Amino acid sequence: MNRREPLDQIKSRRDSALSALVSGVPYLTWLGIRFDRRGDELTAILPYDEKLIGNPMLPALHGGVTAAFLETTAIIELAWAAMWEDMESGRIVPDAAMEGSLPRLPKTIDFTVDYLRSGLPRDAYARARVVRSGRRYASVQVEAWQDNRARLLAQATGHFLMPQG
Amino acid sequence: MAEGGSMAQGNQTRIAQQFIEAIPHARALGMRVDALGAGTAVISMPWAQHLVGDPRSGVVHGGVVSALMDTCCGAAVMAHPSGPSSTATIDLRIDYMRSATRGQRITARAECYHMTRTVAFVRAVALDEDTDNPVAAATGAFTVER
Repeated sequence: MNRREPLDQIKSRRDSALSALVSGVPYLTWLGIRFDRRGDELTAILPYDEKLIGNPMLPALHGGVTAAFLETTAIIELAWAAMWEDMESGRIVPDAAMEGSLPRLPKTIDFTVDYLRSGLPRDAYARARVVRSGRRYASVQVEAWQDNRARLLAQATGHFLMPQG
Repeated sequence: MAEGGSMAQGNQTRIAQQFIEAIPHARALGMRVDALGAGTAVISMPWAQHLVGDPRSGVVHGGVVSALMDTCCGAAVMAHPSGPSSTATIDLRIDYMRSATRGQRITARAECYHMTRTVAFVRAVALDEDTDNPVAAATGAFTVER
């Protein structure tokens, strides 16, 4: 770590690496998912859109959307945590325009979602925590909420296969 | 008798398709109801570039498979002969056995294998054109409103 590195250079490196990681996945763009960054902490944001509705009568978000939101949050968190050191040291410079520069993403082995509340027709947020990350396998826990952080919309745990080599 | 049964079933499938098309997210993913039975459902959707989760391989995102499995499991609950009035997912676990092949349609087959007054237990598989090797398997519990 270089203590004297200019702040705007640090922020721009991290923000552009994150943006390259996220914009490389078409499905994230289609769902409208963005990531807010505070240091290395990521918060995923799913802005409300009519196409995310699963029950038009209530209305409520589609359970599959909630699952997808949690799963993408887990994958991006895992890939972000895995590339942090290489990004900070400058060994890799992810660029969405150069496919080869993006780190390979972890693959989902299994994913279990607990639906705790029905999803309201408004923005949702999620944060993932890497519980254990080994050389080959990782276990990740994710929570999603809407208006109140303490009133979870859903939580999930998943296991992932880390990219090799 | 057999003909009457298949006509009734065709009618039920058409009603289910209208039901699916009223769900914005199912419509956005292009879901189609292929069959409905007593506590069973078959729903499929096409591959599309904007659903890709891994740009290197062109494989659709796991979340897409989740959405299809969730919808199909919910449809199997609604198709149960005990006639629930509505349902919601309590939990859903998905095991991803392999990547769905780029460009191929994905089909989910769900079966509500046990039903109590308040809870439905469902299992499902997701297949692409290689129907001998499932892409994913799911098990879930759903609420049942009477």
